[in-house]
Amino acid sequence: MKRSLRPLAATAVIFIIAYALSVLQFPSMLSTRVLGNFLTDNAFLGIAAVGMTFVIISGGIDLSVGAVIGFTGVLVAVLISWMGIHPLLAFAIALGVAGLFGAAMGLTIHFLNVPSFIVTLAGMFLARGGASVITQDSVPINHDFYGTVTGLIIRLPGGGRLSFIGLLMIAIFILGALLAHRTRFGSYVYALGGNEVSASLMGVPVARTTVQIYMLSSMLAALAGIVFSFYTSAGYPLAAVGVELDAISAVVIGGTLLTGGYGFVLGTFVGVMLLGLVQTYIIFDGTLSSWWTKIVIGVLLFLFIVLQRVIFAASTPGEKSPEKA
Amino acid sequence: MANSPFVLEARGVIKIFGNHTALDAVDFGLKAGEVHALLGENGAGKSTLIKILTGAYQPDGGGVFVQGEQVHLDNPLHAQTHGIGTVYQEVNLLPNRSVAENLYLGHQPTRFGLVDHRKMEANAKVLLQRYGLNLDPGSELGTHSVAVQQIVAIARAVELSGKVLILDEPTASLDRNEVERLFEVVRDLKSRGLAIIFITHFLDQVFAIADRVTVLRNGRLVETRPLDSVSRTDVVRLMLGKDIAFSGATDLEPENAHSEVLLDFRDYGRKKSVQPFNLTVHKGEVIGIAGLLGSGRTEMARIMFGADPADQGTLHISGKPVSIRNTSDAIAQAFGFCPEDRKAEGIFGDLSVRENIVIALQGKLGWFRALNRDEQLEIAGKFGEAMDIRAASLDMPVKLLSGGNQQKVILSRWLATDPAFLILDEPTRGIDVGAHAEIVRTINRLRDDGMAMIVISSELDEVVAYSSRIVVMRDREMVAELRGKNINPGVIVQAIANHPDEAVA
Amino acid sequence: MKRLHLERLANPQLLALAGVLLINWLLFPNFFRITWQDGRLFGSLIDVINRGAPVAILAIGMTGVIATKGVDLSVGAIMAVCGAVAATMVVAGYPTPVAVIAALAVGLACGLWNGFLVAVLDIQPIIATLVLMVAGRGIAQLITEGSIVTFNDPALIFIGTGSFLGLPMAAVIALVLMVLVTFLVRRTAIGLFIQAIGVNRAAASLSGIRSRMLLMLVYALSGFCAAIAGIVVAADIRGADANNSGLWLELDAILAVVIGGTSLLGGRFSIPMAVVGALIIQAMNTGILVSGFRPEFNLIVKAGMIILILLIQSPLAGRLFTGRLVPAKAARK
Repeated sequence: MKRSLRPLAATAVIFIIAYALSVLQFPSMLSTRVLGNFLTDNAFLGIAAVGMTFVIISGGIDLSVGAVIGFTGVLVAVLISWMGIHPLLAFAIALGVAGLFGAAMGLTIHFLNVPSFIVTLAGMFLARGGASVITQDSVPINHDFYGTVTGLIIRLPGGGRLSFIGLLMIAIFILGALLAHRTRFGSYVYALGGNEVSASLMGVPVARTTVQIYMLSSMLAALAGIVFSFYTSAGYPLAAVGVELDAISAVVIGGTLLTGGYGFVLGTFVGVMLLGLVQTYIIFDGTLSSWWTKIVIGVLLFLFIVLQRVIFAASTPGEKSPEKA
Repeated sequence: MANSPFVLEARGVIKIFGNHTALDAVDFGLKAGEVHALLGENGAGKSTLIKILTGAYQPDGGGVFVQGEQVHLDNPLHAQTHGIGTVYQEVNLLPNRSVAENLYLGHQPTRFGLVDHRKMEANAKVLLQRYGLNLDPGSELGTHSVAVQQIVAIARAVELSGKVLILDEPTASLDRNEVERLFEVVRDLKSRGLAIIFITHFLDQVFAIADRVTVLRNGRLVETRPLDSVSRTDVVRLMLGKDIAFSGATDLEPENAHSEVLLDFRDYGRKKSVQPFNLTVHKGEVIGIAGLLGSGRTEMARIMFGADPADQGTLHISGKPVSIRNTSDAIAQAFGFCPEDRKAEGIFGDLSVRENIVIALQGKLGWFRALNRDEQLEIAGKFGEAMDIRAASLDMPVKLLSGGNQQKVILSRWLATDPAFLILDEPTRGIDVGAHAEIVRTINRLRDDGMAMIVISSELDEVVAYSSRIVVMRDREMVAELRGKNINPGVIVQAIANHPDEAVA
Repeated sequence: MKRLHLERLANPQLLALAGVLLINWLLFPNFFRITWQDGRLFGSLIDVINRGAPVAILAIGMTGVIATKGVDLSVGAIMAVCGAVAATMVVAGYPTPVAVIAALAVGLACGLWNGFLVAVLDIQPIIATLVLMVAGRGIAQLITEGSIVTFNDPALIFIGTGSFLGLPMAAVIALVLMVLVTFLVRRTAIGLFIQAIGVNRAAASLSGIRSRMLLMLVYALSGFCAAIAGIVVAADIRGADANNSGLWLELDAILAVVIGGTSLLGGRFSIPMAVVGALIIQAMNTGILVSGFRPEFNLIVKAGMIILILLIQSPLAGRLFTGRLVPAKAARK
């Protein structure tokens, strides 16, 4: 097996075993209802994690994701509720704003040649601050369109519901996988994560690709923000605090190397589902408290970082020591 | 003009960095269907010339001509469109991607806008077979040997450019079989009419594959000659320069046989680095190490100092067995080491001259026996003065000093630790005349004071002047230990060039 | 001695702090008014020092980490954990010193864990410390069992709200810690070695400096400082809030260190200037509050500060003039 597939295989095996154990303990977890809710409840995280996957494969990190989700929620709510703009137009505006925002971060990272974490940190402050300046309160959204979309569900046998936003997440994952694995842009993203100097010598448009990667991440975060507004029917500036950490965790647990260069969009899907499983299990159990989620995620994160270290440190014949890289 | 004999030509190319002339009116012509070796020691201007030919640098004078037409190459990608492809020593491909993608990145075949992996891998398979590689194009490049990666890099360069192939030290980390495999590919390309520039430090390889050779020294063209008209010794002499070959007998220093043996290396070596060697070092003597770049001379120094610890053999210091597993062990035994790459491994650029001088001594003293500022100033001042370091202030960042003064700082750093044994790797390379003389003076003074030293240098007449023995390295092996009368640079050059297949000239 | 003093006053961080304070004074004329009441000082300026203390304490530890070319993202989470330890222990009836020492020990252990990942397993600092950043708050909640553990232990509360010689205790702790740590790194060779590793690790290794122990030390110190900050914050609000204690403060601490002139690329550092950096951040925060803006505005100002510092530190300006917009990384080859 290719070594880049090993962490993903480990995740998949862990997911299957964990799910099987959960089902043994709570047979009702094996139902279309639970599975449907799995998708719906994690849709916003999944969509944001797709963008994060691209960023991390390219060797960067995006700390602004949660803030962009919060900002988008507020922006959409304000546009719809205060200005009476149709939701679809509001969504388009929000996506456009996020695209510009991501482009600005990408440009800064590339041209100032600074670590992505510090730039996206500024982005996080900016987006949270911007949202809070617009409003400090939750802005409710009361629009028929929201009801229509929320009502779009496919009923599954066994009482499950496949919601529109659940399907949207799946669609984003499929598109993301195509983009990553079947387009030149995707190959450039991997190239940047592998070796930026080589990539540029091989003709990869480094600046353009970097900008596109952060645009993609911010726009998917904005889409996640729109989806989030469907759960709450409101925009709140402090919504989705810390979601970037969940997204990073899902990406890493899904087999993407945090140092860049290796990873799979569909692996992130398994990562998101594994996080969802932990949460669902804790809810089913009832005696366990919610904070176990974070601890389990932290433990998984640690295990996968060490696992990747072991798999990829068995250094390849042609590579120099990491000290020099 | 258009029917120039050369596919690629540099005419009177000049490149100046600051006040240093890296290339001084160099002419270079490359014919189709030839392998043209480009030789020269570090700093000779090879890499600068290559960077100009590939568009990474712009010449400050002269011009680059492709098939007789002057061209302006903006960058390596632009050079590619003129048919010039380059393969670097450190494979500049993506080890994390598949072989096929490395061949076609940026030019992948698409179908309905999506990359057609099947077609790409099929094309790759066919292409690689022409290079004698039968491997799965979908496999990750990094899982293959460096030799295979080099061939993939060559295939990519030839596919995308097609007229000129520049091989910049492609064999540096290959073993003998791999080199042969690479050469088969090069011979095949040559027969297909490609013009190939081959840069290496291995003379054997030059004679094995090249048709003509161009030697650069100190930024100047020394000569371009067909290889069948020169001997190995001629080439070494051209590279090292200064009509040293038969200059009379500058005798070595008399060996001081009575003085005490300080170090005794027995079968000392490290796998995949340097073959085991035997060497004794007396107090108060300098041993010169000669050899071309890549001969294993730096590796030998690093093994002695524990930077890459030995994995075989023994070391006795003053008769007692000692094991050196890391640099701290070496320093505890009063070793010192001035590395070859001053900037990357020697100086702490942002730190002050004072801190740069005291750091090794402080490292020896540990965390808590700290030298206070006054003590630091005193030590730095003392050695700064002894070495004649020209710095406006001992508190200025060392990166602002000239190369020669930086070298004096590093030397002072070790002298401050009061070493018994000092290893100097190219201590006089790339520094001005004054600093050069100062360092040679210091070496002589330290030897007379009883210090044992090993000096690696390409400046043969200089090495002869202060050494009592010369160790010659070739192909990562200690091949000779020259001692006694009548050792002069000419003899050393022959020892370096000497090859079992060639009768001694 | 006096001349040295004047030179110090002219450095950009102190000038920036003076500038921010001056703007605050223009916006709020009473800004510099300090009153004496109940044996302690009151006033906006005192408030800046008091509120800025937790970030200043974090910045003291963070400086060492950043000087070695690393970063510690976990300090906010460690604050929450240590605050939780101290609070739950006093509530459970342990004597205050035991609770405090236990909390400090936990912070030290967290720091050693980070140091182990970075120095021994050789994992990139940003990744290594991410583990505790994610898991830490969960652990803190586990300790507090999800609630905000409030306490009435006067000795512990004194750490957060008491005063010493009229100054708020938190500021006194920050000041003492700053002096102690500065003394520790400057009077020993540790500071020199930290810089050496940050500037050129290969040369440091050839000079006989053992970087592993040193990295363990700086991360341990960072964890220890986070523990102190966590105790101070918990004592201030008389309770341990696992969710919000220290939230995003790691980022403020990084910002303070960077404002204090330590490059994210490692090397030269100044602990007092990082503390000044923390005060600048807090002074702006206070200024925004007293001038009637919303506190959230502060985030935008912080973002602006990061961008400004990146611009000042970047070689872009130089490259813009030469017309070569190639990042140094790619151009180096």
